[in-house]
Amino acid sequence: MSKVRVLAGTRKGAFILTADGKRDKWEISGPHFAGWEMYHLKGSPADPNRIYASQSSGWFGQQIQRSSDGGATWEPVGNKFAYEGVPGTHQWYDGTPHPWEFKRVWHMEPSLNDPDIVYAGVEDAALFRTTDGGQSWQELPGLRRHSTGNRWQPGAGGLCLHTILLDPSNPSRMFIAISAAGAFRTDDGGETWKPINRGLRSHYIPDPNAEIGHCVHRIAMHRSRPDVLFMQKHWNVLRTDNAGDSWHEISGNLPGEEIVHPDKEGKTQKFEVKGFGFVIDVNTNEPETIYVVPIKSDSQHFPPEGKLRVYRSRTGGNEWEPLSKGLPQKDCYVNVLRDAMAVDSLDKCGVYFGTTGGQIYASADAGDTWSALVHDLPPVLSVEVQTLP
Amino acid sequence: MIRVVLPAHLRTLARVQGEVTLEIAGAATVRSVVDALEARYPMLCGTLRDQVTGQRRPFVRFFACQEDLSHDSVDAPLPDEVASGKEPFLVVGAIAGG
Repeated sequence: MSKVRVLAGTRKGAFILTADGKRDKWEISGPHFAGWEMYHLKGSPADPNRIYASQSSGWFGQQIQRSSDGGATWEPVGNKFAYEGVPGTHQWYDGTPHPWEFKRVWHMEPSLNDPDIVYAGVEDAALFRTTDGGQSWQELPGLRRHSTGNRWQPGAGGLCLHTILLDPSNPSRMFIAISAAGAFRTDDGGETWKPINRGLRSHYIPDPNAEIGHCVHRIAMHRSRPDVLFMQKHWNVLRTDNAGDSWHEISGNLPGEEIVHPDKEGKTQKFEVKGFGFVIDVNTNEPETIYVVPIKSDSQHFPPEGKLRVYRSRTGGNEWEPLSKGLPQKDCYVNVLRDAMAVDSLDKCGVYFGTTGGQIYASADAGDTWSALVHDLPPVLSVEVQTLP
Repeated sequence: MIRVVLPAHLRTLARVQGEVTLEIAGAATVRSVVDALEARYPMLCGTLRDQVTGQRRPFVRFFACQEDLSHDSVDAPLPDEVASGKEPFLVVGAIAGG
């Protein structure tokens, strides 16, 4: 029978949760790396026992840990992330130039077919790659050196490269996203990049249709259709059917609110926005079924009405249904961070997400019902799941 | 022989318990001690000083003989008591919550 292994990164260590294919009885191991911030752990699709973990600390900096036995034992590997050449500056929050400084690895994306190749998305935003199982890391500098790079500004969480999507049908193509620069695509294996932000319309920046400057929170792909991407942006949810060349909003009936921003001429304008949130993912068995967790506004960051609800669209967006069975429906004020949702590849699709309140919720029936696998972990930063034979 | 006391997180990372002892060829300085420490425990590279700039990390301090050596030149000789192994070289993580 198949097994699933959930890899959870938290503010104070990593936890590994395992169950058989029924997904009703869970064993929890951890904390691994107790006391360290574990921004992300992810297993290699080519060798599920190979797992990479980003371990960091405000005191002692960045470590990368590697396991070759499914997380039972770990070894520290290379942790030197040096920008190519003189990195220059990006923009600070106030628009002044700010030097590029490495802070941490937000996201690790192992290659689809080689367990020794991994991409790492870092803050300040850049993309690194290892080809020797993490022993050494080299920047793919074409991204940071994009002509817009000196105008990138951080989001509230920093200038982080948080999303890396590898195209299963085209090894030369990948997608990344940076808060708050936007989404980018390479078609030549990372040498050159183009912004793919047409259609994003961000009312909170001076030019809502700017080439860059959009606060993309997360992008998700179904591996059978790599040209179709779903985006959770700062205020809304979008979709592209042409690999990011253009996007259109699919927020539909998601919870919304009215925001007030000055327009280009400085006049106060009211905008209705729908679907603020951080996570988004796609059902493994149904490419048009997507999941988000709406969060109330960018200044509150908790679920609307204190009710934790996953919203599911079975139509690729626009029509959404709230899923609440088994989730707290009163006095719930947690957040679900951008890397904290994952899906397994069983039938029915399992959906997992972690909260800043330390719960990991799971559904073994594609979102119809939910239960907490664990209640009281440190704040959850990331959730990944591996489906094992 | 130089005795080095590491903070708990770095002892865990380096998989050591208690003090670390190092043999230093030449003068005992902050630089030579950290060089020797990183050579013996490569996983500590980057934890005390930035791997690119070589600067001490902001939340890390160096003490010995009840003196704060953090702002001394990294090439200044360490106190004789440290060089002789009578007193340990202390790596201290800032007391900060979170």
